Amino acid sequence: MNTRIIYGLLLAILMVIAPHADHLPLWLSSLCAGVLLWRTYLNHNGSALPNRWLLMLVTLGSAGGIALEFHTLFGREVGVALLILLSTLKLMELRTLRDATALVYLACFIIITNFFYSQSIPTALYMLASLLVIVSSWVQINAPGIALKPRLRIAAILLLQAIPLTLVLFVLFPRVQGPLWGMPQDAYASSGLSDQMAPGSLSKLSLSDAVAFRVSYSTQAPGREQMYWRGPVLWDFDGRTWTQGRTLAPLPPQLTELDQAIDYSVTLEPHNRTWLFALDMPDKLSIPSQQTYDFQLVQKAPVRARLRYEARSHLSYHANLHETERNLKRALQLPAALNPRARQLAAQWRNAGGNDATVIQTALGYFNQQGFRYTLEPPLLGFHSVDDFLFTSRQGFCEHYASSFVFLMRAAGIPARVVTGYQGGEYNDFGNYYIVRQSDAHAWAEVWLKDRGWVRVDPTAAIAPSRVQRGLSAALPDNAALPFMARNPPQWLNNLRLNWDALANQWNQWVLGYNSERQFAFLTRLGMESITWQKIALNMLFALGIVISLFALFMLRHLLARQPDPVQLAWLRLCRKLARAGLPPRASHEGAQDYAARIGALRPDLSASIDDLAARYNALRYGNLADEPAQHEFIRRATALKVRRV
Amino acid sequence: MLNQLKNRFRTWLFRPKVEHGTVTLTQRRIFILPTRRGLGLAVVLVLMMLGDINYNLSLGYVLTFLLAMMAVMSMLHAFRNLAHLQIRAGRADAVFAGETARFVLHFHNPSKLPRYQLCLGDNAGHGVTFDAPALQDSTVTLPLPAPRRGWLQAGRLKLHTEFPLGLFHAWSYLHFDTRCLVYAKPLPSAPLPPGNAPEGTGKHSIAGDEDFAGLRNYVAGDAMPRISWKAFARGHGLQVKQFSTQVGEELWLDLADAPERDNEGKLARMTRWVLDAEAQELRYGLRLPGSELPPHGGTAQRDECLRRIALFDLPHAPDSLNAKDTGTSQ
Repeated sequence: MNTRIIYGLLLAILMVIAPHADHLPLWLSSLCAGVLLWRTYLNHNGSALPNRWLLMLVTLGSAGGIALEFHTLFGREVGVALLILLSTLKLMELRTLRDATALVYLACFIIITNFFYSQSIPTALYMLASLLVIVSSWVQINAPGIALKPRLRIAAILLLQAIPLTLVLFVLFPRVQGPLWGMPQDAYASSGLSDQMAPGSLSKLSLSDAVAFRVSYSTQAPGREQMYWRGPVLWDFDGRTWTQGRTLAPLPPQLTELDQAIDYSVTLEPHNRTWLFALDMPDKLSIPSQQTYDFQLVQKAPVRARLRYEARSHLSYHANLHETERNLKRALQLPAALNPRARQLAAQWRNAGGNDATVIQTALGYFNQQGFRYTLEPPLLGFHSVDDFLFTSRQGFCEHYASSFVFLMRAAGIPARVVTGYQGGEYNDFGNYYIVRQSDAHAWAEVWLKDRGWVRVDPTAAIAPSRVQRGLSAALPDNAALPFMARNPPQWLNNLRLNWDALANQWNQWVLGYNSERQFAFLTRLGMESITWQKIALNMLFALGIVISLFALFMLRHLLARQPDPVQLAWLRLCRKLARAGLPPRASHEGAQDYAARIGALRPDLSASIDDLAARYNALRYGNLADEPAQHEFIRRATALKVRRV
Repeated sequence: MLNQLKNRFRTWLFRPKVEHGTVTLTQRRIFILPTRRGLGLAVVLVLMMLGDINYNLSLGYVLTFLLAMMAVMSMLHAFRNLAHLQIRAGRADAVFAGETARFVLHFHNPSKLPRYQLCLGDNAGHGVTFDAPALQDSTVTLPLPAPRRGWLQAGRLKLHTEFPLGLFHAWSYLHFDTRCLVYAKPLPSAPLPPGNAPEGTGKHSIAGDEDFAGLRNYVAGDAMPRISWKAFARGHGLQVKQFSTQVGEELWLDLADAPERDNEGKLARMTRWVLDAEAQELRYGLRLPGSELPPHGGTAQRDECLRRIALFDLPHAPDSLNAKDTGTSQ
């Protein structure tokens, strides 16, 4: 096999496996890199390929390593690892045309596996670049002698011609909703909210500026301080960690709306959990889901792919005015013998007289006035964590405030629970939607009051009102270790970022989210009626046929287009020049000699030169056209001839 | 019945008739089918599609469609790689049996598009691969084995290409009336028969071999006994002793004089005689049953003798086409 072909294939394999480097085990990435380097070295030196037995040994050894690493030889991750291993080692036994072709097909397969991890716009562009490299190697395999430039040209032409056809197929290919077999594995999601809350869990999340979901309102958007995105509700406390506890009785929650509905759509990034997020308090959802008795929205299966749904919420409401005795009891439970000072404080407030509302106000006032600080890096807390926080450290993030507030309420005899979710969101001017990031993760409290039901109370707002009004970066000191983008970056950078996010949003909605449902909606909007998949398929074939015929027509016409003959062009220019000077034009059937004779008779002064030109023309046209100096001489003379009007 | 229909269909589709002059590969003459690698890609694409559906990979759909459409477009490119090429057959110089005949074909690419990786070959798998640059003539030599004396027909040749991706096999049949004359294979060495007197006064016993006339360089096929070993020992390389024949002496090469029993053996010896006689610049004539060539010298005489020997006693040997001996009509 030609060394240049090997270099091409090496580059192709390198390009397709490079994006996998960070999620493969380190030893496997290094092994692949080593094999690529080794092959490059062998190719450079023109040395022989290693023994088949050695290769077999390396292959079996590495496959065994993969089996140990993943504890199985089946499944998606293992499949990807094996595919990469085999294609890299295949480079070591590249002998025939068939081997090279198989390697090209393998490379295409590896590109697809990369989409398990990312399908963003840069990934798509990278795919096009890899494809260009692969196709140009592919052409070289089939035409070993071809130079780089024509090879790249052919590859680029193939790719460019395929793009409009792909667009047609993408829109019109009848979509089947997966999965076809097995359970799809977890989506490759960055961290998100969990179903429990311990000190530190949310502040850790705040360091990630990954997008949790995007929201676009179809009615007037509420103010930022109103945007509480409800997630898991936590009932049980063991002194340190809040958990959801046992499931509630499957009763429908009671919601009395007090104001206008707010309609919006949410595009949720996959987070491998069953819950969905909606504005406090959610009322209706467009997709099948269940609303628990504590107003959580839950799906049967975890969210493993980006999910889009419409939702309706109310900002003023009475929630569960008639709460069950059981739940109210549960909302008062506290771990025994923990945090005595906090219990004492709560009892003190309770005994001071006044109703539940007064106690709540006292508690919020306590947070506000006793020198509490809002920070991402609170000191560690001891055994009596709430006591430590309330009376010693007085530094904490939202989970500390929510946790201790609910503790105090329960101790004071007011039913309370912790709600986690997100708060706020960044408005994107360019796409008219809000971006909610992991750094917007938040925890707050809900208390049950007799005539109002469950009421949201956010103790964090009492310490750092700017957190709810303007976001995390506004609430934290400048030197806090926040992700770069959660701070306030310069205006132009921010605009660039928002533009990019708007583009990514469109990409998510229209390219990545294009499923059978979207396909139907889109085609209906285009004016197609009573859509069936047969109809879509027919339309697809028809459109493909048209585009391919157009390409074929263009390609073959281009092939047939006559090359203009410079000699003939010069002669025709000369004839036009004579005609412009008032001489009779040449008849279309008239030969050069005849025309020259006719002109010569009319204009004796031109006779000699025109005869000479006609003779040269005939000699060139009907004699030896390849004689280049004679051609140039004729063209020069024909152009130089001056014809004056008489 | 079915076979007959099949044959008629093939005859109609591939038009296996002999052609003259310049052939332009029009759309009607180019056929195209997927290769095994093309079918392999189809299987790969189906697998990819299943993965896309199962894991709901939108970009996977994009990649699968891109590959599929590149494959479809590569069909057009393969077709275009042959389209409108102009081909005419050139000369094929005579060779001896056992050598390789070289059929020359002239390809003209009238378009601005360079054509890559064209393969010209026969049914038996002999072939040549070449490129046809844009706006140029290229001369392609197709080597075919010539095992037997007589006319070697190029037969139906196949021009094919799998450029650019090897997924489609586009081909066209070329059946020119081009042929190559194959001389009988000469014996490695054989002494010339005794010469004849010009006037036909009976057998002369002068052995023209006896008057030493000088040395000349050895050429392949010279008889071993004539090599001057003395000259070789002196370091002058292989030299052959030349012996003069008397002016006007004529040599008749007669099939009947060849001692072999079978015709082919006799013809092999005759071929050797002709070559040696010409090498010694003799005047020689040829006598075959049913044809006689008067004595003469020179390459034209040699070629005519070799030709007659080559075509001797062959069925359907068209020997009246002097002008088309070794080439084709234009």
